[in-house]
Amino acid sequence: MSAFTSPGEVAKRLADVGYLPDESIATVAFLAERLGKPVLVEGPAGVGKTELAKAISQVLDARLVRLQCYEGLDEAKALYEWNYSKQLLRIQADAGRGWDEAHDDIFGPDFLLTRPLLEAISADAATVLLVDEIDKVDFEFEALLLEILSDFQVTIPELGTVAAVRRPYVVLTSNNTRELSEALKRRCLYLHMDYPDVDRERDIVRTRVPGVSEHLADQLVRIVRSLRQLDLRKPPAVAETLDWAQALLELGFDTVDDTAARTTLSVLLKHRSDLTKGLAHLEVPADPSAG
Amino acid sequence: MTVPTAGEVAAQGPDPALSGLQPRLLDFTRALRRAGVPVAVSDGLDAVRAVTHIDLLSRRQLHEALAATMVKSAGHRPAFDTLFDVYFPPRVGAGGPDADVAPRDVGDLLAELVQRLLDGDDTDLRRLAHEAVESFGRVEGRDGSPEYFTYRVFRSINLAGVLRRALGAAAVDEGTVDHRLLRDELELRLRHLREEIEAEVRRRMVERRGHEDMARRLVRALPEDVDFFRVTADEQAEMRRAVRPLARRLATRLAVKRRRAKRGRLDARRTLRAALGTGGVPIAPAWRSRRVTRPELLLLCDVSGSVAAFAKFTLMFCHALQGQFARVRSFAFIDTVDEVTALFEEGDFTDAMQRLNTEADLVWLDGHSDYGHAFERFHAGWADAVTPRTTVLVLGDARNNYRAANDWVLADLRRRGRRLYWLNPEPAATWNSGDSIARQYGRHCDDMVECRTLRQLAAFVERIA
Repeated sequence: MSAFTSPGEVAKRLADVGYLPDESIATVAFLAERLGKPVLVEGPAGVGKTELAKAISQVLDARLVRLQCYEGLDEAKALYEWNYSKQLLRIQADAGRGWDEAHDDIFGPDFLLTRPLLEAISADAATVLLVDEIDKVDFEFEALLLEILSDFQVTIPELGTVAAVRRPYVVLTSNNTRELSEALKRRCLYLHMDYPDVDRERDIVRTRVPGVSEHLADQLVRIVRSLRQLDLRKPPAVAETLDWAQALLELGFDTVDDTAARTTLSVLLKHRSDLTKGLAHLEVPADPSAG
Repeated sequence: MTVPTAGEVAAQGPDPALSGLQPRLLDFTRALRRAGVPVAVSDGLDAVRAVTHIDLLSRRQLHEALAATMVKSAGHRPAFDTLFDVYFPPRVGAGGPDADVAPRDVGDLLAELVQRLLDGDDTDLRRLAHEAVESFGRVEGRDGSPEYFTYRVFRSINLAGVLRRALGAAAVDEGTVDHRLLRDELELRLRHLREEIEAEVRRRMVERRGHEDMARRLVRALPEDVDFFRVTADEQAEMRRAVRPLARRLATRLAVKRRRAKRGRLDARRTLRAALGTGGVPIAPAWRSRRVTRPELLLLCDVSGSVAAFAKFTLMFCHALQGQFARVRSFAFIDTVDEVTALFEEGDFTDAMQRLNTEADLVWLDGHSDYGHAFERFHAGWADAVTPRTTVLVLGDARNNYRAANDWVLADLRRRGRRLYWLNPEPAATWNSGDSIARQYGRHCDDMVECRTLRQLAAFVERIA
């Protein structure tokens, strides 16, 4: 599909696939495509960082290649690996050939197992590369990413340099559990994604949970926003707002009263101490039937 | 870092039509760097490239485009936003009143403000902010700080009163969920109004004084750099949020440091043994791994008024770093001492702070710091807590209100423990002035360290962990 023409147009196209961006998200998404730079999205868990990458891939009609990061992730899992057993078979299949011949043969593309990063680089169709939770990997791995992010190429010693046929659209997400290196940040556009404002969150609820009435959507979003002001161990994320809306809908509440809050607030607040604090904040009286 | 001249960047600039914008962007970049936001040369180039793609008539787009290219950490965003307002101010009259609107009557303005608050229309609030500044906080002459002019506005408009009136005017029953929500929302809108008024005052001052001058005055310190003694309530909240990420970052750094420190000297015996397999050639050297011990930490904190903020943040920080120490125990004192470890172990710091004031038994006589008495009580009650593995941190300004010093306690603690440090939130230049007996106490410590900001605190903790 065609490239982006303006931030406004990006916003509209994202909205069409069910992702409602605010102005800063749309502008950065637009610039990333224009400047050909990766986007680093940072922010609390559950505000829609990963969803953004998915939505962009849908809008650009591109394949989404996802690399989920974790501690101890290494080159073999992220970039490429030689298919060792296949190489062995090849050698055994015709023993007696010269070394040079065999060497040239077994280090060819046929024996290469591509992992997400190499796959995204070497694809000739439009691709969105999502590197999820980049803050989980070690410093060493971060350094490995630098070549890919700035030049869109990978160097494989036996084969040479594989340059991207077509630059993938790269999205990195981070929950900010540690500071990323300056070198990495410099290669990216930075987008800090925070909880959406009330109007946007209400629209998100109404898009994602279509059965919710306008009144209920408005009320629950206001409650969520009010709860986020508290000092909680885990503030409710957008995903949890949606779960809550779904729960209220299934249980047939069309307004949030004391009973509704008491029975369903645990969908939103997932620590016991948070729950107590939340109920106290909303001034919900203790369950009368409990005594 | 060397800053490229306008000529250098202009030479690489993509579009001559931007010639007016580029010098401004460079000034802006320099101001950001002065404010402590690290903008790399390549970031500046990206910013110049980015502005060629966007609609320059939209201030929002320009704002976001510059933020995406120049700001690489959420903590730097407030400084960026403030400076952006200074260097790229909104046009006068854009959606607002003419500059020469007649000053409004206070009562009239307040009534409208209450009404608009309840309507919840942001454009109207912005207009009212402009009018309020125009009527009560007119920027005149060359003297006076932004704070002074905003103060004059708020002297006429009492925000707490506005909130009360708005709540009263709304037809919502007290004690219901809706009432609670409304209150939250009004508070938020008032906060916006306040920011809008501050921004308006700044804008007017920039018009009078030019942006170089304003940029220098305006930028507030990053949460890590706020002086514990001058911290405002807003900043305290920001710092509270900064404590955990800071602790987390330090923890990862310490983990790397420990991993590296573990690798010790060459283990000759194991290397030779392994060499037998390769015909006596030591191909793979073996290393002896060192045991890295984590220290136990004992905090003894003065939590009386003057240094309370400092003690709070140090307590929070050390407990957020619990995993990095074998054990953290904390004691708080004013003129007598009590253990407060349990309050902080649950990890809910706001709660812990409140309980510190109500549950712990810290006051003996009059609630003025008495280091001597507190030390004596500590020695009598908990001296056994200090073992050869313990690092003791004493927190306070050593201002003893001219009471007995009892510094023999420190001498004894140093003998029992592994290390004894004193963290002093006062600038080193003022130690030993007035009733401060920093030198007398400092004699018994391994080191007395000036510790005025979260950053200094983190640097110190890294040193001892």
